[in-house]
Amino acid sequence: MSKTLVWVEHDNASVKDATLSTITAASQLGEVTALVVGSGCDAAAAAAAQIAGVTKVLKADDAAYANTLAENVAPLIVTLMADYDAFLAPATSNGKNIAPRVAALLDVMQVSDILSVEGPKTFTRPIYAGNAIASVESSDAKLVITVRGTAFAKAAPTGGSAAVEAVSGAGEAGLSSFVGAEIAKNERPELTSAKIIVSGGRALKDSETFKQVIFPLADKLGAGVGASRAAVDAGYVPNDYQVGQTGKIVAPEIYIAVGISGAIQHLAGMKDSKTIIAINKDEDAPIFQVADLGLVADLFNAVPELVGKL
Amino acid sequence: MKILVPVKRVIDYNVKPRVKSDGTGVDLANVKMSMNPFDEIAVEEALRLREKGVATEVIAVSVGPAKAQETLRTALAMGADRAILVQTDDEVEPLAVAKLLKAIAEEEAPGLVILGKQAIDDDSNQTGQMLAALMGRPQGTFASKVEVSGDSVAVTREVDGGLETINLKLPAIVTTDLRLNEPRYASLPNIMKAKSKPLATKAPADYGVETAPRLKTLKVTEPAVRSAGVKVADVDALVAKLKELGVA
Repeated sequence: MSKTLVWVEHDNASVKDATLSTITAASQLGEVTALVVGSGCDAAAAAAAQIAGVTKVLKADDAAYANTLAENVAPLIVTLMADYDAFLAPATSNGKNIAPRVAALLDVMQVSDILSVEGPKTFTRPIYAGNAIASVESSDAKLVITVRGTAFAKAAPTGGSAAVEAVSGAGEAGLSSFVGAEIAKNERPELTSAKIIVSGGRALKDSETFKQVIFPLADKLGAGVGASRAAVDAGYVPNDYQVGQTGKIVAPEIYIAVGISGAIQHLAGMKDSKTIIAINKDEDAPIFQVADLGLVADLFNAVPELVGKL
Repeated sequence: MKILVPVKRVIDYNVKPRVKSDGTGVDLANVKMSMNPFDEIAVEEALRLREKGVATEVIAVSVGPAKAQETLRTALAMGADRAILVQTDDEVEPLAVAKLLKAIAEEEAPGLVILGKQAIDDDSNQTGQMLAALMGRPQGTFASKVEVSGDSVAVTREVDGGLETINLKLPAIVTTDLRLNEPRYASLPNIMKAKSKPLATKAPADYGVETAPRLKTLKVTEPAVRSAGVKVADVDALVAKLKELGVA
């Protein structure tokens, strides 16, 4: 039975959903130890201990780990990996930043963004923006893996009762420092965990129109708000709204694409949604080739009417 | 300060990749190839830093087949000063590329290495972080803003939910995200001029780096295709369907 170490994505108080999918992937490889790294992260460690399938929690609490700078965190993980066969992190911006640094220090070729576990060392992963799926087998002694959250079911957040053990590392590496963050305040559900997403495209004209048309529909449905790269590039909404190969990969129950033509790069980010609904006035738009439900209509009439009738 | 810019020759981003029928990979025969779009952004950023007087020389590097020379010539035509090709016909994984880049960085001693956050063929998103790890240097990944001041660089990063700024001691490694800049087009005179700029050709063995792959590709398949569903006539029909789905 192999031993896995899972990076826990958290905000000091609670554990983020992407972690739960990663724990599911890890439990397909072996026993799961959850690693909670941060500063003042007791509550997050306690939450991780309750996740079904977690047998142990390692907690590294140090001021140097407050912003999980890769330079400070990677050496800690490398030291801990002496006792583990695999390190798995969710393919979040944090996971993608830290895991390859760990892999290189372990002289391991990382397997990025896995979609499935096919065997002890065999995985599938998307290549060419999801236009092809590669099945790859690692020949390294240890594994370093990032996991696509939408590809694995979420482990139950409660039901476990793992022991929490404190660990420590070298702390401050003296190479980098945190200056600040501008995290958008968003009262709507987070895109990667939203059950319903309403996304807008370039057809929304400008930032103001985007807000006037998309937001009421999203609020009516309790949905998260996304956008195509074209809408982001045109400045209608900030980049963290972007759904697509170069943005977020989402797989909600219902995805409503409004005024989105359906470029390959956008489809790569949402084609695993359970039900796709498209509203577009161009009946030949590629989005209709993947949509379960299509409405050919001018969005400026259709969306307000839809909001009124829901 | 020198800036090293690794670039990769990949399938052009406008081309839809086709999986080979025997499942061994993606068909690249007679397909248009270009510089990885994230790497173009890296070249542009390096050139802007040189134009601001922060950098003195921009060196483009590629690891790949003889044809990767074309990609390097593109970087030279954009304005890079010289180029190095580490020529090999084998597929070289990010870990081995990082080892080769480390060897080159030790020779050239750049203040910054700027590279794309990922290549649009293997979508690994690893090389920059691995290079930083092997060199024991800081990393500013997914950059949307890069500001050098004195012996440090402030990098604003695209992270889940927004932006984050970190300060890195130089020398440092930066990987580019889409919104960092808009790369310039090479003008015809610059394309002509690029032909006479120096381009050195090396082999992985010159750097003592073993490039044998660690990951074996067992097969490559087409993703599951979604089939088109139904079109509804009007908003009322859509509302009815949404009700069936349990919303509204």
